Amino acid sequence: MDKAVIEQEVREIADSWKGKEGNLIMVLHQIQNRYGYVPREVSLVLSEILDVPLARIYEVITFYHFFRLTPPGKHTISVCMGTACYLKGGAEILGELEHLLCVKPGETTKDGQFHLEVVRCLGCCGLAPVVKIGEKVYGGVKKKDVGDIITQYSEDSEAKTAA
Amino acid sequence: MAKTVFVKDTAITGKDRTRDFYGFFLGGLREKGLENDVQLVRVADIGVYGQGMVVRVLPEDFLYVNVQDSDIPAVITESVIGGKPIKDKLFTQASKQARIVLRNCGVIDPESIEDYIARDGYQALAKVLGEYTPEKTAQEIKASGLRGRGGAGFPTGMKWEITRKAPGDQKYMICNGDEGDPGAYMDRSVLEGDPHSVVEGMIIGGYAIGASKGYFYIRAEYPLAIARIEKAIEQCRKHGILGEGILGSSFNFDLEIRLGAGAFVCGEETALIASIEGKRGYPSPRPPFPSIKGLWGKPTCINNVETLANIPVIILKGGSWFAGIGTEGSKGTKVFAVTGKVKNSGLVEVPMGTTIEDIVYGICGGALSGKSVKAIQTGGPSGGVIPKEYFQTKVDYESLQKMGSIMGSGGMIVMDEDDCMADIAKFYLGFCVDESCGKCAPCRIGGTQMLRLLKKVTDGEGTRKDLDQLEQISFAMQKASLCGLGQTAPNPVLSTLHYYRSEYEAHVDKKKCPACKCEKLIRFLIMSEKCVKCGMCFKACPVGAISGNRESGYLIDQTKCVRCGQCFEVCKPRAISRS
Repeated sequence: MDKAVIEQEVREIADSWKGKEGNLIMVLHQIQNRYGYVPREVSLVLSEILDVPLARIYEVITFYHFFRLTPPGKHTISVCMGTACYLKGGAEILGELEHLLCVKPGETTKDGQFHLEVVRCLGCCGLAPVVKIGEKVYGGVKKKDVGDIITQYSEDSEAKTAA
Repeated sequence: MAKTVFVKDTAITGKDRTRDFYGFFLGGLREKGLENDVQLVRVADIGVYGQGMVVRVLPEDFLYVNVQDSDIPAVITESVIGGKPIKDKLFTQASKQARIVLRNCGVIDPESIEDYIARDGYQALAKVLGEYTPEKTAQEIKASGLRGRGGAGFPTGMKWEITRKAPGDQKYMICNGDEGDPGAYMDRSVLEGDPHSVVEGMIIGGYAIGASKGYFYIRAEYPLAIARIEKAIEQCRKHGILGEGILGSSFNFDLEIRLGAGAFVCGEETALIASIEGKRGYPSPRPPFPSIKGLWGKPTCINNVETLANIPVIILKGGSWFAGIGTEGSKGTKVFAVTGKVKNSGLVEVPMGTTIEDIVYGICGGALSGKSVKAIQTGGPSGGVIPKEYFQTKVDYESLQKMGSIMGSGGMIVMDEDDCMADIAKFYLGFCVDESCGKCAPCRIGGTQMLRLLKKVTDGEGTRKDLDQLEQISFAMQKASLCGLGQTAPNPVLSTLHYYRSEYEAHVDKKKCPACKCEKLIRFLIMSEKCVKCGMCFKACPVGAISGNRESGYLIDQTKCVRCGQCFEVCKPRAISRS
């Protein structure tokens, strides 16, 4: 990424929070919305703009589960492991996904298509067990459905590349 | 308010399953030329079960069940046009629910301030600004007996009074919307379904404590809740309900949203404050309490979403009205998120003092078919289990505490005979270990060691000594941890050990899991007398642990078996036993 471009973008984000105390987390949220993760180059620029030591920025990024230091896959698969989902077989669904995608939670598939992660409760326990892919929520997922759900996404991407 | 009609035209059982009831109703409206004046909404769930087609007419709120196609014209002429109920069709729900917090959820358009105002919205704010002093406002809440709904149950009115009396020119109001307890989603529902009631509660709180600024701290995982609160704040600013000189008074107050970033510990007051300040969410020792020294060192009052949603109603109807609901020590209602192995999972709002039995069986319909309920768990990772034998227990702060659990934020997880208590304890403890911030040693080290012991137990390698050690570490953590997370993290272990010690003992003595849940302790065996030698299990086994052929039958090699249970699932004649 070009440093000048980053600087301009980060400055825009930071300016909207200028003068507000405790803005670091909110700025990081916007940066992650923009880039999908918090790249190191961006943190370096941010540190200059906000006049906050890089260590402080990393302290915050690494403490909160929400912030990422590596780029996410094209599709993020979040498997809910809240209590209700756990009781209704969330672990089985996760195992099946690990098996199908050959990754562990927190990892991205080699082709960069899928990022698998475990979340603690998506707040729709009535639908347990729940898997979220991108913004779409799948409720009442059964082990045998997992393959079909994943295929929709990989086909979708193949079709696009072909086109 | 315009007429709205909800129809539920899917019935799971009974002779009239799905048919185009909605279409018939729409046709009926067309005949009368009403299709543009009446909003007809098809809903999937209306909270009434096993009663065929259900129709609800709003704003009058007539609820009709078992409606036949032939009833439609009558419903339209009498109720939709005439505004009168058809007495003999009316469904009176023998419900033990009472809606105070959820009064507007699902009734109003959450993005419309007009809808909220039409339901007495911001009347309470006008009342306190016009008639009450800040002292009187706090007094009224104190008289109501309202206690914090976030879990600890501290009296809200008292919190307001302490913050108001604390010296300082700048004070802050914070709404704690960091609902991290897995299995609880009542705050989310209120923020999404009735955002203005929380905003109104915040403004009234700000007035009572003398704050000019308030913050909403909401989980980043709840994007819709954030969007709705943002919109509500914007609408309020436009209507002169936020900003300078609110509703023509001399009171100034404004709100801002701050997002959480996926840290459970940030639900703890002092950690939440650190997070709003833009730091990592480390808790700090109390005292000083946030009411004295909170956000940026200023007196700060932190209230939970559900607590705040109660405030406008209390102000309008009076503290004594609210104090008339519930039990002696716990007033008002509580919203529970009933989930897990239960027929009708969902949000339930009941007066304090309702028995667990009424909630689990009366309102939620009991266990899933074919199973029986074993226990419930309340309070999430900080709470405990309550076995079925104690379902006469009333839900209020004191009774639940006496049972070794807590009210918590209101998650209620129903478990059935297939759930292993040691496994559940391991699940909750694993959550707390993941979420421990690592600042204090008792929580950081104690949690990890307890998890190691529990893993030993569920793997069948534990001893009786391990169980004693679990208890010892639990007590140390309860006494010595810095914040609520560590102090309460051992609760699920202690309460399961208390009520289900025999289950733990089966794990360590007999190396057996009575609920057949702990993978390492399960054995799958083919019962030759029932086996029809179809070979399905042979095909299903992913690791080739089943050998044999269609003549001689099949055998499972226990050393190869990974206990995935696939053979068990595919076996039609149920010839595979799990023990």
